[in-house]
Amino acid sequence: MKASRLPPHIMLLLPAVIVLAAVVVLPLLLSLWSSFTPFRLTRPESVYQFIGIRNYQRIFGDMDFWIAFGRTVLLLTVALNLEMLIGLGLALLVDRQTRGQRLLRTILMFPMMFSPILVGFQFKFMFNDNVGLVNNALQSLGLTDKAIPWLIDGKLAFLAIAAAEIWSSTAVFAIFILAGLMAMPRDPQEAARVDGCTPWQTFRYVTWPFLMPFAFIAMTIRSLDVARAYDIIKIMTDGGPAGRTEVLWTLIARTAYSDARMGMANAMAYVAILLSVAFTAYFFSQLGKARAQVAGDW
Amino acid sequence: MDANASARLKKRGSAWALNIALFISMLIICLPGLWIVLNSLRPTVEIMAKPPVWIPRELSFDAYVDMFSGVGQGGIPVVAYFRNSVIIAVTSTIISLAIGMSGGYAFARYRFKGKSAWFLGLMLTRTVPGIALSLPLFFLYAKVGLIDTHAGMIIAYTALNVPFSIWLIDGFFRQVPRDLAEAAQIDGCTRWQAFWQVEFPLARPGIASAGIFAFLTSWNEFALASQLTRSTDSKTLPVGLLDYTAEFTIDWRGMCALAVVMIIPALLLTYAVQKHLVSGLTSGAIKG
Repeated sequence: MKASRLPPHIMLLLPAVIVLAAVVVLPLLLSLWSSFTPFRLTRPESVYQFIGIRNYQRIFGDMDFWIAFGRTVLLLTVALNLEMLIGLGLALLVDRQTRGQRLLRTILMFPMMFSPILVGFQFKFMFNDNVGLVNNALQSLGLTDKAIPWLIDGKLAFLAIAAAEIWSSTAVFAIFILAGLMAMPRDPQEAARVDGCTPWQTFRYVTWPFLMPFAFIAMTIRSLDVARAYDIIKIMTDGGPAGRTEVLWTLIARTAYSDARMGMANAMAYVAILLSVAFTAYFFSQLGKARAQVAGDW
Repeated sequence: MDANASARLKKRGSAWALNIALFISMLIICLPGLWIVLNSLRPTVEIMAKPPVWIPRELSFDAYVDMFSGVGQGGIPVVAYFRNSVIIAVTSTIISLAIGMSGGYAFARYRFKGKSAWFLGLMLTRTVPGIALSLPLFFLYAKVGLIDTHAGMIIAYTALNVPFSIWLIDGFFRQVPRDLAEAAQIDGCTRWQAFWQVEFPLARPGIASAGIFAFLTSWNEFALASQLTRSTDSKTLPVGLLDYTAEFTIDWRGMCALAVVMIIPALLLTYAVQKHLVSGLTSGAIKG
């Protein structure tokens, strides 16, 4: 057999490479090509008509696109930072509990098993202006007598979406940082305390450097799949009302499937893909650095 | 009050404050789930009631009965959706585990040129947003007739799951000492035998959790499924959830019931893997 002459690691990696090439890389090349054409689903022959970078010129001059792009980056920045902070806080809170840690960890993982589409639906229900839990509670407590239009007002809808996103993904950070806390040797902390460090100094200079690789793993895992937020937004507001919560992904879906302008949508999709890839590549490199630092300290 | 007592009081006070903070955050984590379960058991009138009804007056399983009673009687083809979801998720999980094991083993055991670049490259395929991937896949699938088929969804989900499976399984194989397999080989095993008899059993719990993670991804995925499925032939539960939304009205109770049906398998499986999941992903964190 000729194939068995290949080195074993290539044989072992081959299936993965083939599948990913067929289902991800090939379609992406196809969409790269079609982003240079005026391709519309209703006119299949238009895929052979090359128009250069006109689609890209058009979207780069389009205010709606840039607003959606800015909103996407804002949502990701706000959500990821808050998730990291809240996750760290939760992990520290759980870590100091001596009893019931197993139960607490199970509860922490709870949001991770919810499908993003379910998270969107739950929060759409809870933030519903008429029958939602949030408004019901506010009204019953007498804090307001109006129905707050959570998902109708643009700014409030953004907050509601961010809340859903944070609820569903904080668990990732909490779980990994907690794993870091549990794997951490306690002696350096004791030593720092004996040497007269304040709790903040102990945390900043002893605990945090150790936890950092774990936080970056969580960040990397999260960034692999940031576009999950599409599912949440799709069902909560679908980019509405009047495009006030439109993010890159809902804009792509609308352009492609409602307007059938595939070529244009693919051009936008490429911007979204590059954004995701940039996020992930950045966190992977940070992960490498953080690992090297911890390894160097030991 | 002397300084000792006041310090003790302050310490106890802050301990209580932290416990309360923990309690409240756990409550916030649980609340959305409990709210769904509660509302799937309440009649629609009570959900809609103004002023809100806080203590449920009557609970019933009507929503579940309605849901399973078939199309036309207020139900949706939930059995078909459930079956599609199970078939697609299980098959793609098995395939991506097989591929992930071979890939993960390659990364854990062999040194080769450009290893980390290959690893990063494989991971980056996972970052492509589902909606962006769905456009060309839709076009491609339409050409080869894979739209609205189980096979099409299985292939797509396999590709989605392979990168992460490789990452997890690589981590688990790294935890198995290399010497064990070498010892088995010295004792006369082939490399293939050494793998199945020594390394695989040791890494098995971790591989199982990689499998469950892959299952959950397929079970929960929406962006691709919403474009690549059309009918009861292949629609999965997350897509089916939208059956309860009309243009301006939503059947909250029905949706809650379906949500509960969706979440129960995921809940049980996640509970089963929670211990191994973290260790697989972090095993590379310190050793690098």
